[in-house]
Amino acid sequence: MRMELIQPFINAADAVLAETLQSRTRIGDVTMEEEAYRRKGVASLVTIKGDIEGRIIFDIDAPTATKVATYLAGTTVPVSEEVAQETVCELANMVIGSAITALNDRGFHFKVAPPVAHGESLGEKSSEDQEALVMCFDTDSGNVFMNIAMRYSRRRRNDPKPG
Amino acid sequence: MEQFPILLHKDHKPIRYLVVDDSVFARKNVAKMVESFGGEIVGEAGDGCTAITEYDRTSPDVVLMDITMPQMEGIEAAERIVRAHPEARIVMVSSVGYQENIVAALQKGARHFVQKPVKAEILYEVIKYVMGDDAVAATPTALGS
Repeated sequence: MRMELIQPFINAADAVLAETLQSRTRIGDVTMEEEAYRRKGVASLVTIKGDIEGRIIFDIDAPTATKVATYLAGTTVPVSEEVAQETVCELANMVIGSAITALNDRGFHFKVAPPVAHGESLGEKSSEDQEALVMCFDTDSGNVFMNIAMRYSRRRRNDPKPG
Repeated sequence: MEQFPILLHKDHKPIRYLVVDDSVFARKNVAKMVESFGGEIVGEAGDGCTAITEYDRTSPDVVLMDITMPQMEGIEAAERIVRAHPEARIVMVSSVGYQENIVAALQKGARHFVQKPVKAEILYEVIKYVMGDDAVAATPTALGS
């Protein structure tokens, strides 16, 4: 597990959730996912390519998404699947943006595709060189799951790691 | 939400904003903040192309522009707006805040950069800065008198 690549995403998720939801967050269960990813609610997928490559899935159940949406919009929002989907995408956008800012400052360069809805019930299995870590952020609004699989790209693997 | 002194145009009319973001939530959130500063939302856009059209239609005092958007990204839209309207005050608002991105935006004519999640106190100071002498801050009491 490449913790030096994953830690910026954990820090970013922690900070963005705390700031957005105006509450403390706690990192709950952290597990290595050996089997295929199983979606828990409304999910959004972000793909990263460059010095680092991999994918991150954000996953929230619909009631939690509605609560988060209220914070994001600054006002009460109607409950709908569309609202839940947009919520999880915007949350992913902020977390990934913050994390790649930190990684870029450490010398990593890559392209990040905008978050897309992840509708599949099952995702790809993790592999030997790209293990997936699943963590649950406990917030006052509910649980937010982040499933992250990241590795150095082939051309970067033999380079000395940036400080 | 924290209370700020009302920020008005020097002619004491509300500052007029165009909010550009592909996320409806992000637009609503930023709009709510600038309205709490006494501003008026004159237009919204969900992509760079619409932002250009909306700028021409509304001639806002300040544009709050996301970077990563479909069809046309915010930096390109900012460049096109500034090319046509050199006086345009564009503030980039993005979750991606690394140096290269900020420099690229500033080189294309953006006046400032705010990182998401947007903090009201930071946005307030940035708007005050980009408006410069064209804005006045006043408490509601002072305005009443």
